[in-house]
Amino acid sequence: MSTDTGTNSSPPAGSGGLVMGKDGMSALVDVLIARGFTVVGPTVRDGAIVLAELRSADELPYGWGVELEAGHYRLRERPDGAAFANAAGPQSWKRFLHPPRVRQWSADRVEGELVLTAGEAPPPRYAFLGVRPCDLRAIAVQDRVLTGGAYRDGGYAERRSGALLIVVECTEPGATCFCVSMGTGPAAGPGYDLAMTEVADEAGHRFWVRGGSPEGAEILAELPARPADPGTRETARAGVTAAADRMGRTMPEADLRELMAGTLDAPRWDDVAGRCLTCGNCTMVCPTCFCTTTEDTTDLTGDHAERWRLWDSCFDLDFSLLHGGPVRATTRSRYRQWMTHKLGTWYDQFGSSGCVGCGRCIVWCPVGIDITEEAAALDDWTRSGKPAPAPREGSGPP
Amino acid sequence: MSTDPRPGDRRPTLAVWKFASCDGCQLSLLDCEDALLGLTERLRVDHFLEMTPTEGAGGERAGPGGRGPYDLSLVEGSISTAEDAERISHVRHVSRYLVTIGACATAGGIQALRNFAHVDEFLTAVYARPEYIDTLETSTPISAHVPVDFELRGCPIDRGQLLEVVTAFLAGRRPRIPAHSVCFECKRRGTTCITVAHGTPCLGPVTHAGCGALCPAYGRGCYGCFGPSERPNLRSMVDQLRHDGMSERDVLRVFHTFNAASPEYASVPDLAAEERHSPGARTETRPERSA
Amino acid sequence: MTTVPPPLPYRVAGTWAETADTRSVELVPAGRELAPFAPGQFAMVYAFGVGEVPVSASALRGRHGGLVHTVRAVGAVSTALYRLGVGDTVGLSGPYGVGWDLAAAAGHDVLVIAGGIGLAPLRPVVHAVLDRPGAYGRLAVLVGARTPADLVYRDEIDGWRGPARVEVTVDRPGPGWRGAVGVVTSLLDRLSLRPERTCALLCGPEVMMRHTTRDLLGRGLPPQRVQVSLERNMRCATGHCGHCQLGPLLLCRDGPVVAYDRVAPLLQVREL
Repeated sequence: MSTDTGTNSSPPAGSGGLVMGKDGMSALVDVLIARGFTVVGPTVRDGAIVLAELRSADELPYGWGVELEAGHYRLRERPDGAAFANAAGPQSWKRFLHPPRVRQWSADRVEGELVLTAGEAPPPRYAFLGVRPCDLRAIAVQDRVLTGGAYRDGGYAERRSGALLIVVECTEPGATCFCVSMGTGPAAGPGYDLAMTEVADEAGHRFWVRGGSPEGAEILAELPARPADPGTRETARAGVTAAADRMGRTMPEADLRELMAGTLDAPRWDDVAGRCLTCGNCTMVCPTCFCTTTEDTTDLTGDHAERWRLWDSCFDLDFSLLHGGPVRATTRSRYRQWMTHKLGTWYDQFGSSGCVGCGRCIVWCPVGIDITEEAAALDDWTRSGKPAPAPREGSGPP
Repeated sequence: MSTDPRPGDRRPTLAVWKFASCDGCQLSLLDCEDALLGLTERLRVDHFLEMTPTEGAGGERAGPGGRGPYDLSLVEGSISTAEDAERISHVRHVSRYLVTIGACATAGGIQALRNFAHVDEFLTAVYARPEYIDTLETSTPISAHVPVDFELRGCPIDRGQLLEVVTAFLAGRRPRIPAHSVCFECKRRGTTCITVAHGTPCLGPVTHAGCGALCPAYGRGCYGCFGPSERPNLRSMVDQLRHDGMSERDVLRVFHTFNAASPEYASVPDLAAEERHSPGARTETRPERSA
Repeated sequence: MTTVPPPLPYRVAGTWAETADTRSVELVPAGRELAPFAPGQFAMVYAFGVGEVPVSASALRGRHGGLVHTVRAVGAVSTALYRLGVGDTVGLSGPYGVGWDLAAAAGHDVLVIAGGIGLAPLRPVVHAVLDRPGAYGRLAVLVGARTPADLVYRDEIDGWRGPARVEVTVDRPGPGWRGAVGVVTSLLDRLSLRPERTCALLCGPEVMMRHTTRDLLGRGLPPQRVQVSLERNMRCATGHCGHCQLGPLLLCRDGPVVAYDRVAPLLQVREL
């Protein structure tokens, strides 16, 4: 178990980490399963690299990369056979830590008495294999939201405290990535149990592995690995450094929190409202978006009721519904809520940005709305004395 | 199955009505199987011609207007004849809570395609003896004729949603039938977006949830059988369908099906024409990011 | 840090009509008891099989020693709560949120201004001030309602006259109404307001609070001494569902009662 405090995240003293080959990766999955973990990692399914339960390391996306653009995702074969040279896919780890549908409690009417029972079965102990640095930060952001306040989401806390986080640093950012702007990658920040960097070159396909927690170190000790040679370490570090210079997107240099607070009446919101489908995809793929709604169900006997919690989205009209109608009825106000919350008011509510720069909202928006471009437009508007914006030239993505 | 009145029976009564439709939505109720048995423990089925030709305690033959009054009426089908327009007023009159089920009842159905053409042309094209046919010029949803308490969408409706509407009625709560897009359901069930990952045109972003995002889960684009989501941005959707390679003809046709007469989908031809005639629109709605 | 638990069963000890569509319900624990509520805090009240809604406590100690809530039947859940009978059980959780800052009001004149059922969360304030007459300055209660029939706690309000200055107005008077007619702000003229030593507590429709606050500020009351209780959609009350956001605020956590100087700019933004 690890937390986001960063206290136990540095590599074991005196060690430069270990190096292992693909056999080491296979052994890692086997060791985790033998230790009782449900191993979840990337695998190719339905034309995408999704997160799913892995039975063996053979299911990892060896030899698959991705081509990313706004509203566009395609798998591409990679000649180097790398498994982790692909940026964020359609899902994030919140699917497992903060699942789309959770039974919170149930209520039964027993001889006229109301009996309320806490709802969830104990979760499996997850090992997340292949957490990208941006997603590691996203987990820390959700930790603060769901367990850092006066009330703790007990189900989340249980799933989270049992989870083993194995980070793989980023060496192949996508065209929609901007973790450097958000300060979340491509190198691993604190909070992992194991961190790896994948190297696939003429010297072989290998992983430079460091332990970040006692449990991580214990697992590492069981793997067929040797002390890391300086060459592998250098190549791995260089790969991560180079990734930082190849970000596909950047956020404007402005203080985003101030930018959001100062542009609530910008005409740009009308412009984006013309494109936005209010379909909610951006919020669902976002690794930090945490909003939920509740549903009360009854069975046909009428004596058993359940309370369920489901992923929700600020793009749903019902989200802000009060007696008398929704507070945020227009698309303009709903898109503004999502973006100003993510980049601005999240600081007020939870002490950090809500954006980790993973780029999923850009990729998985069917019409390719790009949060970095929207931020840039708001910044332009602010810098140029807030006039009405001129229409932009250009065409859609390829 | 016990639908007969029992001594001291205090079960609310249910009636199921058919107007212009294919019966598929009524069948969804019969398809509830085990749940249907549970349902009849809580509701007394008084009028349901698809299930039984009789009505009431004496097992007498049910008339087309039933006897009533009924606590809950499920109404399938659209209004396409003058008789039906009268009959729905009667049904409303004898029903405490009236729910319309399916695309025909909520939007006019596939038969509302006549609303966009001349009904006489269809009559001569389809029927050997058109003079035998007595029909209105239009097919319209039930809500165009009488007040409706709840509308359940779909062609056909989803069985689980139907049970939810009925159990919510019994529990006195608001049915949890969200009006947001099908995308919510794809994402919750973990389906990879077929538009983004495969370039498949899909109406999911502007279509009312409820089906559980069935088609995209099998790699097919949503074709809108649940009708429009709440306040859909159809202008942007049309633009996107073109971007995904749909021909102008297909863009118009994909909205011109079971829910063609819904006010939202019916606006598509005008929106599409506007877009075509304003060449700047495309660049404005899909700006390329200046790197 | 508390883990979010299921609600606790509470039994209806008493229920009575306030207006044609509004009733009060007194709830006593059927087993374990929730922590004590402060004036302005709210509970999530669960009606079996129907759902849960946030409701402010309208009295902290009713005739049976229980917690009193006042509900207006506007949706499925509130209608179910409206229909509760003595002996029925509901699920209750709380207390949630930040209530009225009575410490800030200590030593000040207290001006309570309510619109409609907005008097419900303010009633415990009146009780608290009347209980400790020496701790506060003068108490004035201004109440507005649509019609005389929509006035809640009518008998009790009459009982406050004497220790408190009480003024009531309605939008539409009925036959026999001899009181004031007009918006609640018009009642301010009847008071000899001492802005330098007054603390104002407001609850009602947002538009009423905006107008009333503008008037109060115009009369020299500093915005930080005006407190308002705001309403947003709340699904969880624990700061986890995101529904009750008002810009930087999560109203279930940072409210529902907030100092006006903090929310004034937010209330100016449409659809925030």
